[in-house]
Amino acid sequence: MRLENISKRFGAAKAVDDVSLDVRQGEALGIIGANGAGKTTLLDLVAGQLSADAGRIELMQRDFTRASAARRCRLGVGRTFQIPRPFEELTVFENLLVAAAHGTGRSERAVAEPCAQVLEQTGLMSRSDTPAASLSPFERRRLELARALATGPRLLLLDEITAGLTQSERDVILPIIRAQGAAIIWTEHVSRSMAALVDRLMVLDQGRVIAIGKPEQVLASREVRETYVALEL
Amino acid sequence: MAWRMSTRTPASVAAGLMAVVLVGGAVVLPAYASFELLGELSILLTMLVLAQFWNLLAHHAGLVSLGQQAFVGIGAYGLFAAVIAYRLDPLPAILVGGASALVLAIPVAVLALRLGSVQFAIGTWVFAEAVRLGVTQWNAAGGGADLSLPLEAREGMLGADWVGATFDVEAAAARDILVYWSALALAVLTVGFVYRLLRTSGGLGMTAARVDLVTAQSVGVRPARMRWMVFLAAAFGTGVAGALIFLQGARVAPDTAFDMVQWTICVIFIVVIGGLGTIEGPILGVLAFYFLQRALVGYGDWLLAVLSVLAIAFMLFAPRGLWGIVHAATGLQLFPTRRRLVRNRGEVPPKKAAGN
Repeated sequence: MRLENISKRFGAAKAVDDVSLDVRQGEALGIIGANGAGKTTLLDLVAGQLSADAGRIELMQRDFTRASAARRCRLGVGRTFQIPRPFEELTVFENLLVAAAHGTGRSERAVAEPCAQVLEQTGLMSRSDTPAASLSPFERRRLELARALATGPRLLLLDEITAGLTQSERDVILPIIRAQGAAIIWTEHVSRSMAALVDRLMVLDQGRVIAIGKPEQVLASREVRETYVALEL
Repeated sequence: MAWRMSTRTPASVAAGLMAVVLVGGAVVLPAYASFELLGELSILLTMLVLAQFWNLLAHHAGLVSLGQQAFVGIGAYGLFAAVIAYRLDPLPAILVGGASALVLAIPVAVLALRLGSVQFAIGTWVFAEAVRLGVTQWNAAGGGADLSLPLEAREGMLGADWVGATFDVEAAAARDILVYWSALALAVLTVGFVYRLLRTSGGLGMTAARVDLVTAQSVGVRPARMRWMVFLAAAFGTGVAGALIFLQGARVAPDTAFDMVQWTICVIFIVVIGGLGTIEGPILGVLAFYFLQRALVGYGDWLLAVLSVLAIAFMLFAPRGLWGIVHAATGLQLFPTRRRLVRNRGEVPPKKAAGN
């Protein structure tokens, strides 16, 4: 996936300002930044929830700058939302089923088995017939991840997937993420758990990229330390 | 394959068998029932069709239409035009009624499906009024006056001779039997179509899109496609029902064919008291509507007042309707759409899930 000079404004505010980056197959890119730095907006632009004011988005070497969110998903972009958004009227299994069937374009019958594998992988098998509305916050977070995985993503976008979780809960989530073969773009507010898992780390400040590279180099850089002195790095 | 998906429940299997027996009984009913009862059942079955399609539109596709009377009316006029102008037999002309409604629905969908929910409701209402006024002003459609089916078309309907000989009845009664069978077939096909649709991945996607449109799109759901399909299917089915309703009376006029109270408000009542969002709900609702109509037959417009108060009471105190009450008490689901993951026979039981 490649972004070229992507920008997005909300009124006078520049949420994303001339961002360019690329992510190769199997690579994990972490993005950190303070609240309002543009992390979620950037994911929304990649996933198609927002359209860019300027710039170009390529997926698999094809221009998808104007493609719908549904089309991007079918081409392999799976995402989680910062605040979990389960389909509350549906059960856990049905949440995965709708994602697997529509995200891959296969029949429900054909995707039942892959859904079962994702349920087992994410530890939700025992809750498969439970309405999503009655899940605990941690289970909702896992369902969010499971639903994104069910679409069979080649590029997985994770929006603060570990936010608000305890360390033991993170210990459940992180190995699942680590086991994915897909390219990953993963935003977090707190970076320590993520930095150990990603190949590269990017820092956003007011919509602009201020650093990108190996996690240890980025975290050690003076500009990042000065900008994010308040963050736990 | 260790796992498969299933929607089947013991109750649904029993309901399927019961439905076969009921439909079989309904097919042979003309041999035993009075013609008055057959006429009432025809109306009841066509109202069930209207209710099922409105429920599909409003609940599942999120398209709350206040203009379904337009498709009833156009369906009726399509049938009359095919019979009077083109000398088509009334039975196949029922499909012309449906096709007329379908054709009318295409430009409406182009405009209305771009609207938000409130604007859609108002827009469909305005559109239906415009169609009614247009038909009223159209001389070829009677210019607002009644149109009647020619006697030879009514009495010489396809299959009427065979029905007359089989049941030993006159031509008018044979027509009533044919209309009743057509209404029965339409109701069975409609329930089957809605149930089948809700069990497809498109149906599940439609539910997901209704719950959360942005998230549904993010997992590949394309709700616009399903909304188009549902809107057009509902227009066709409603048009066929309209054709059948007015074939029974053999007479049509704009004010009755495009009557909003009869063909949309009463249908909403049926769905609300029966249970919005279920297939069983409109079935119970249409029965409740029938018995209320009979109980209040001498009270004229008081029927509407009672229906309105009842509908409000249900919305406040039993928003899932009569079927919701039955389901809460018994857990019964005659038309289950809930997908469950089932381990195939002979496979090892699942491991206990970790980390709850």
